[in-house]
Formats: sequence, C-alpha cells, structure tokens
Amino acid sequence: MTIETSVVLAPASRAIQLIGSDLTEKSLKLHLDGLTGVDAVGLQARAADLATRSIKTTSKVWALDTIIKLIDLTTLEGSDTPGKVRSLVAKAMNPDPSDPTTPRVAAVCVYGDMVGDAVAALGSAHAAGGSTGINVAAVATAFPSGRSSLAIKLADTSDAVQAGADEIDMVIDRGAFLSGRYGLVFDQIVAVKEACRREDGTYAHLKVILETGELNTYDNVRRASWLAILAGGDFIKTSTGKVQPAATLPVTLLMLQVVNDWYRLTGEKIGVKPAGGIRSSKDAIRYLVTVAETVGEEWLQPHLFRFGASSLLNDVLLQRQKITTGHYSGPDYVTID
Amino acid sequence: MSFLEYAPAPESKSILHLKKKYGLFINGEFVDGHGTPFTTISPADESPIAGIAYANEADVDTAVAAARRAYEKTWSRMSGADRGKYLFRIARLVQERARELSVAESLDNGKPIKESRDVDVPLVAAWFFYYAGWADKLDHAGYGPAPRALGVAAQVIPWNFPLLMLAWKIAPALAAGNTVVLKPAETTPLSALIFAEILQQADLPAGVVNIITGAGDTGAALVNHPDVNKVAFTGSTAVGRAIAKSTAGTGKKITLELGGKAANIVFDDAPMDQAIEGIVNGIFFNQGHVCCAGSRLLVQENVHDEVIDRLKQRLSTLRMGDPLDKNTDIGAINSKAQLDRIRALSKVGEEEGAQRWSADCEIPAKGFWFAPTIFTNVETSHRIAREEIFGPVLSVLTFRTPAEAIAKANNTPYGLSAGIWSDKGSRILGVADRLKAGVVWANTFNRFDPASPFGGYKESGYGREGGRHGLGAYLDTGWHPSLTAAATPLSDALEAGSAKKPRRASVAKKGASK
Repeated sequence: MTIETSVVLAPASRAIQLIGSDLTEKSLKLHLDGLTGVDAVGLQARAADLATRSIKTTSKVWALDTIIKLIDLTTLEGSDTPGKVRSLVAKAMNPDPSDPTTPRVAAVCVYGDMVGDAVAALGSAHAAGGSTGINVAAVATAFPSGRSSLAIKLADTSDAVQAGADEIDMVIDRGAFLSGRYGLVFDQIVAVKEACRREDGTYAHLKVILETGELNTYDNVRRASWLAILAGGDFIKTSTGKVQPAATLPVTLLMLQVVNDWYRLTGEKIGVKPAGGIRSSKDAIRYLVTVAETVGEEWLQPHLFRFGASSLLNDVLLQRQKITTGHYSGPDYVTID
Repeated sequence: MSFLEYAPAPESKSILHLKKKYGLFINGEFVDGHGTPFTTISPADESPIAGIAYANEADVDTAVAAARRAYEKTWSRMSGADRGKYLFRIARLVQERARELSVAESLDNGKPIKESRDVDVPLVAAWFFYYAGWADKLDHAGYGPAPRALGVAAQVIPWNFPLLMLAWKIAPALAAGNTVVLKPAETTPLSALIFAEILQQADLPAGVVNIITGAGDTGAALVNHPDVNKVAFTGSTAVGRAIAKSTAGTGKKITLELGGKAANIVFDDAPMDQAIEGIVNGIFFNQGHVCCAGSRLLVQENVHDEVIDRLKQRLSTLRMGDPLDKNTDIGAINSKAQLDRIRALSKVGEEEGAQRWSADCEIPAKGFWFAPTIFTNVETSHRIAREEIFGPVLSVLTFRTPAEAIAKANNTPYGLSAGIWSDKGSRILGVADRLKAGVVWANTFNRFDPASPFGGYKESGYGREGGRHGLGAYLDTGWHPSLTAAATPLSDALEAGSAKKPRRASVAKKGASK
C-alpha cells in the first residue's frame, strides 16, 4: 500500500518521545515494522515452562488473595439489567460472605449504559480515582467489534466517563490494523484517550483491547502492543472475551515482554490485562508467575495488572475456603454473583 | 513477603525404595563386586545415598562372559519382533516408574527435578519406544538385506545425563540384537541400578544387559576386554582418545561422543526474547554439564550490549538450590572435581582479561555449587573460548558479518553442535550449511529426539547415535574385523574378508558414517 507521508498523526507524547516530533504514518509504520520478530515455538515453550512452577502453601495463600485483588469482575451481556449489575457489585464488595477477610476485587466491568447503576450500587465503596475502593470500568468504542464511526466511539467513551467510569476498556480497529493503516488505529486511540478526559482535567484510565484472537500472529500482537502504548494506553488488554481464542498465556507473556521493553526504554510502567478464558485458580496463578518472572513482582498490583474474568472469582474462593477449612466444599458454598 | 521467593515445593523422596548397598548387575542378578565398594553421594549436600560395588578385572570378565553367553544362546536367536517386545516393555516400565527415576536422578546427579522429570526420563522412554520399533525392521533400515548384530557391546557413559545416556546406548544395541555390558559413571550409578531392577521386572533374559559399577579402571578393563565386539563411549575427549588408541587394530567397532565448545550465533534480526531463552537454555540447562552446550555465545556486535543486558536480567530470575524442589532452575555441580575445574577455568578467564559477571545467587553451605556466570570481552585466543568448561559458564564473543560468525564458530577443535538465531530463513539455512557441527539448532537449542542422529566432527568424536544412523553403529554393515588397518596388508584382508563373508564384497568403511 502507499503510505500517506503527509498525514501528520495526532500528537502523543510517548510516540514523539520515541520516534521524534515529525510523527507521520510512515515513521510509525517504519518503527512497527522494524521490531524484531517473535518465534512462536520459543514463546510457547517459555510460557509452558513458566506454567510448571509449583506454587504451594504460603505462596499459594498469597497468590489467591492477590488474584482476587486483581480481578475486574465482569458482566458484558445483552441481557444485563440494573438488578444484575447491583448483584455483581454486591459480590465485588463482599466476595465471600462466610469470610470477611476476603479482599475485594479491583473493579467491576460493565457496558457503558450500566455505569450509572454500578456507581450507585457501589456508593461509598466507589474508588472514584482514589487509592482504595472499587473502580468502575466501562467497555466503550462500539465494543466488541469496534465497527462504527470515530464520532460514535468518542461519544460512547465520554458518556461512560461522565457517568462516573474510572476506567475505559476500548477496542482497536482490527480491520484497520490488519490492512496496515496503523496511523488510523493510532489516531483513534489518541482521540479516545482525549475523550477519557474529565472536566477537572484528570483522565479515566485507558485500557486498549487488541483482540489478539483476531490479530492471529504473535508478530501482529507485538506490533499492536507497541502501537497501543505509543498512542497513550495505560493498559494493554488481550481480548474482549467475545472472540476465541481469548487470553492465552503465550500472548500475555508476549505483551508483558513488550511492557518490559517499554520500561527498560523509558522507565514508565504500562499495565497488562488478560481477559476471557481464565477460569481456574491454577490458571490464574500461572499468570501471576509469568508477570513476576517477566516484568517483576511490582506489577502484581491493580494499577499494573488485571484479570478480566467472571467465573474465576468463584474458583479462587473455593480454593481459599479449602485452605481455611482443610476440605473442599462445592459450588453452592459460594454465591453465583 | 516476596512472591518470587516461592514457598518450598520439594518432590518427596518417599517414592524411592533404595537399598543400603548395591551389587553388580550380572547375568540378571545383583552380585557382589571384588573391588573395594564406594559410596555415592548427593552433590547437593554431600550426604551418602547408597553403597556401590566396585567391579575389578575379574568382575568385568564375568560380565562380558555373561553377555557373550546371552548373545550366543538367547538374544541372537530371538526374532526381531520378540526383541522389540522386551524394549516396549522396558519403555512402559520406565514411564510407570518415571517419578521414582526422576527423584533418583536428581538426588544422585544434582540436576533440578523439573529437568529429570520433564526432559531426561520422558526422553529415556522415548528412546526405548523408538528403537523398539526398529527391532523387527532391520532388513529395511537401509543397511543391506540382512544386517547382523555385532555381538557384545561395551558401553561407558558419563555422569551428566546418567539414565538418558544409558538409554541412548542400550536401546539401539538391543534393538540391533547385541548384548550389553554397561558401566555408568562413578559419581552417578544410582539410576542405572534402578534401571537394572526394571530389567528384572521386564523379565529380560539373563545376561542380555549387565551393569557394572566402578571407576576409570573398570571402564578401561571393559573397553579393552578381548571378547568385546563394539565399544561405545560418551565422555571427555582425553578418555575418548585413549580408548581410540587402545582399541585400534583390535577389530572392535567404535563410536565416541566426546566434548564440545558449541557456538550459539545470535544475529541482529533474531527474535530477541526467544534468543535470550535459547542462550539460557543452551548453557545453563543441566548446570552446563552438556557436551553440546552453547558455551560460546557469538553475538552480532551491534546488538551485543542489548543482549548482555537482557541476559543479565533473565539470569537474575534463575533459581538455584535444592535439586528436588520443583521450582529449582539450577541444581548442584555434579562433583567436587568438576567444581574445581569450573573454578580453575573461570579464574583463568579473569586472568586473561575477560569480564566476569555472576548471578546473585545464595550459595548453599554444603554441596557443590556454582552461580550462573557470563564472561564478556572474551577473545578467540582466550582459553575460556577454546576449552570445554562443562559448567554454567558462558563466554561471549562478537562478530560483524555472517562470514565472520561462521569462521569463528568453526575455529575450534570440536564440532558437536551449534545454534543460529535469526528471523531470516535463508540466512539460517545458508549458515547451517557452512557450520562444521554434527547438530545445528535454529531458533532453539538443546532439543533432542530419538529420531534425530547426534554426533560430532573433529575432536567431538565419531559415529552417530539416535535415529536410523544410531542403529547402524550396532550392526555389521559390511565392515569386518579383518578389514581394519591391522598388521595384515589390505589385499590379504580383503581376501580374508570376502572368504568369510561371501555374501557381500565391500571395502573398509570404518568411520564412513561420519
């Protein structure tokens, strides 16, 4: 394809810092295409190796609590109602009624029109940008397909922010990415980031969903991760959960490696959120290990790592109960939501 | 607390049913040796594990006689399909007792349990399964219409992969119809003796495999025994050279797998994160006790600093400690003697002006330990760039062009293996073609498969193990004792050879498999 060299991209400080002030589609493309490749076999082998770590006793106790603290408890259904959202929020605030020492989850994640209900249900438990409490995350930008005009994506975003969303989970335009229009994807992320701006000048946190299941190759995931970071994303997120495969350990490892590269380059810490398909504690612990051994333990905090999950929480609670009581209970000993 | 200080997750030793002392496994039974018994210890804490018999010359004689008898009376008369049945049975028993074998291996050798569990023991089973399949197909292996077994094979194996090297030796020997006398290394006899119990369990006819323990003189007596037809040795080049000398002209067929100083070549377009993993796996797998270890890192100069930086970051996440802990990445050095050698050569490296960096590992008070170490600013003339260290020590050199990389990679007396890291397929193939190494790995390292032949150039030895080629090392494929460069003139030898073997008139092919 021909590259429109004259198209000057929206200013994003990270991209300017790395690529230079003459930021164009061409310079961006040159940078992304110049990244070294990913060897799929080697990446998968490393992920499989990390998955063999044996996390026992005190380490397991710590890991289970940490997983809960890192969960974005999610409901993203066409059938969501205010009642369902209230129920989800109640679970987020008090995950295990039989054990008050159970930590709270990091956030609840809902569609944009449910943000108001979530905020109301949280009441004083709503973090609202504070360091304690539970955040409200909203999916936006014509989630999950992202197939709509920029104007609608921006309106979608600012609606959610005005309704009180602390975090915005946007999707990238995979069609544009796959056809090589990196500049378009970049500009959209920059614009959505701007739409995350609140009246007081602060920003809602922006998670950029790459939908790795549609990008298909690890090389693409790597490029898209760089693109999302350069355009100003606070988090890079694997998937919407609506496309298979969703989060996998190798993809998450790869995204963590990009985050590590960015940190080595700039000292800035970018968050990572695998979402979709992580259902068991055992699986989630493998992600914790991968984070700790790739970017460091510091990343195991809600502002740098999240699990996008719905059923994971209950499995963690069952494991937690097992450790406390010494025996396994069953699915009726945890609440459905 | 720190999550990365994972709570201990030790594999239990209760699965082991060790005897206080072990005899020699001769003619299907454990018998006392006539040398002075010794004790095998755990290199992780120097604690004694079991008493081990020491075979003297008389014991070697008994073992070879048992193997000869089993060859004449049983094994050479058995059909290939029946031999295959025994090999399949052994493979399945290895799988059944995998956990026990893994624990024994890590205890005696010092290697981390995750390696003995995920690499060594699964490969042992794979080797027996693979060669079991060949046992009834020898006529179709490409060695003529009816290749024959050689007779009694004398096999001497090293301590770095005790059970895996045993499988590399015994599986093809039995599949081809030979009987075996095997001597495990002095410091790591344990898993071979448990394997002997597996042979009893498998009802393998008595004498087909004999396992004798001892030290260097036991091995020497074995390979020099006059009634041995085949010698297979894996170990140091110095010992290999001595064996080649002492067996020259005896008519024994011989394969040697010796040392190495493999180049692991990283080009600037390499998939960087995977290349770092490959470098780590290349030299720190099994504490670097690997003859094909990627001990010379050749990095393209323009990415040198980045590679070293990333490598150091990665190495600082390696976990050294109890070999039986499931989270241990780096175990113990196998013996005091080996530790001394690694220390001495590392000291030489410093004196030669190379820059040393070691990972910040806590060294346990007891046992033999050496932290993962890299030397930068290494020049081709340095001893640490030329001599095999056989430990967790990496020498880093740089190159500017592919031609220089190839020249430097080949500039070694060894030639066992090499690695290439590049995203460009044509470069990988082009460079691989010009590397004088028996195995070349591309974008991976230290991967083994029973179907793949393995062996070296130059001082790394001769002959191939693994695959169809490894089978040929245990078959009479037209080569004959009287065709060697012994005292008889070549013309006489040819006559004698063709008189004895009218069905095939072939010329001396010793070493042709190279």
